[in-house]
Amino acid sequence: MTQPGAAPAGLTPSQTVGPFLAIGLPWPDGPEAVPPGTPGAIVISGRVLDGAGEPVPDALVETWQAAPDGTFVRPARRRFGGEGSQGATGAAGHDAGFRGFGRSATDAAGRWHVITLRPGRVRAPGGGLQAPHLDVSVFARGLLDRVVTRIYLPDEAAANADDPVLAAITDGGRRATLIARSADAPGQFRFDVQLQGTASATETVFFDV
Amino acid sequence: MSAETYVRPAGVHPPLDYPQYRSSVLRAPKQPLVRLPHGPTETTGPLLGAERVTAADADLTTRHAGEPLGERIIVTGRVLDSDGRPVPDTLIEIWQANASGRYAHHVDDHPAPLDPNFDGAGRCMTDSQGRYRFVTIKPGAYPWRNHLNAWRPAHIHFSLFGTAFTQRLVTQMYFPGDPLFAQDPIFNSIPDAGARHRLISRFDLDTTVPDWALAFQWDIVLRGRDATAFEAEEAR
Repeated sequence: MTQPGAAPAGLTPSQTVGPFLAIGLPWPDGPEAVPPGTPGAIVISGRVLDGAGEPVPDALVETWQAAPDGTFVRPARRRFGGEGSQGATGAAGHDAGFRGFGRSATDAAGRWHVITLRPGRVRAPGGGLQAPHLDVSVFARGLLDRVVTRIYLPDEAAANADDPVLAAITDGGRRATLIARSADAPGQFRFDVQLQGTASATETVFFDV
Repeated sequence: MSAETYVRPAGVHPPLDYPQYRSSVLRAPKQPLVRLPHGPTETTGPLLGAERVTAADADLTTRHAGEPLGERIIVTGRVLDSDGRPVPDTLIEIWQANASGRYAHHVDDHPAPLDPNFDGAGRCMTDSQGRYRFVTIKPGAYPWRNHLNAWRPAHIHFSLFGTAFTQRLVTQMYFPGDPLFAQDPIFNSIPDAGARHRLISRFDLDTTVPDWALAFQWDIVLRGRDATAFEAEEAR
């Protein structure tokens, strides 16, 4: 609830991340939502592409997701972490080292990747459960605000079929842009972000959050 | 409006499709955005930073052998949410050009000098009251190729997380009285004039340090935390 007497303040507008985000934002361990080699780790990789089908070499992809048990990493002692609040007591109940957050700047070929664990199912706002998913922010020169999409996994067909967010996208071709593809090896997935559609590539679904 | 949705206020954030900013033409989505009801993934977010930030990271002038050239400034402010509550312990990352308007980045070919004593990157955590403080040098304006004789007003890039995925914000802080605002499509992409001017810091005499540094003050307001949804999440 809004605190009584708190003056509503005007929101600070977004501005583009610009072409030089590499000065300030990448971390050496950014893509590692879990340390490489963690049992059960999966790798999601892909490219960011523009409306001419060209790679975007100056983008930043960030992912945020639940742990495999459907809870979220919250440091202890926060207001979210009250005693007895299931799943709110931080990393203790999770695989040690799971951060829930991945950050990957694209390379010259527009490629990015994150190493993470499979997200668990979390409740849906209208009741029931959502399919396992990662929320994704993409920042780039040319984007005055971030764009937000989701990654779902292709081997969760039953859960995906029940997911209310996927179900709300009636165009099957567009809906398919949210589902990663299985890549060469087990635990490897591909997810391309098509910022703008082309004659041969469907634009990724982006969300208003 | 249900507790778990949030309607973005009109005019505050720039439209993605804004052809005056040439780089948006091939990168902005053309399809309408799809509304995403807020569930646990949106009302939570990464709470990062303490383990990857040292106090020295907030001073961009002392990280090299010598001092950078330029006008030394102190930038302070608070991070709040739109309900007026401070956002404590949240990571702020900044990056900027040097005093000559040149970025320490291989893509920047502006013929202005690099400064071996300035890399332009900083980070800090807000304190328990949501306050932050950086020491840096005032960045220079620089030309770019958006249109004939285009120049960016001096600015510092800011990146913030808040406490929820919905609060993530990347923006730019500007300086008061900059003559370049009128011709800058990035600044002017913000439809609402009041919102646009919230990106301009104010000169802050109280924070200046005599014989050492000028100061600018800039508060950052993130979206409200959808409090009802948060409480439901806590009770889960």
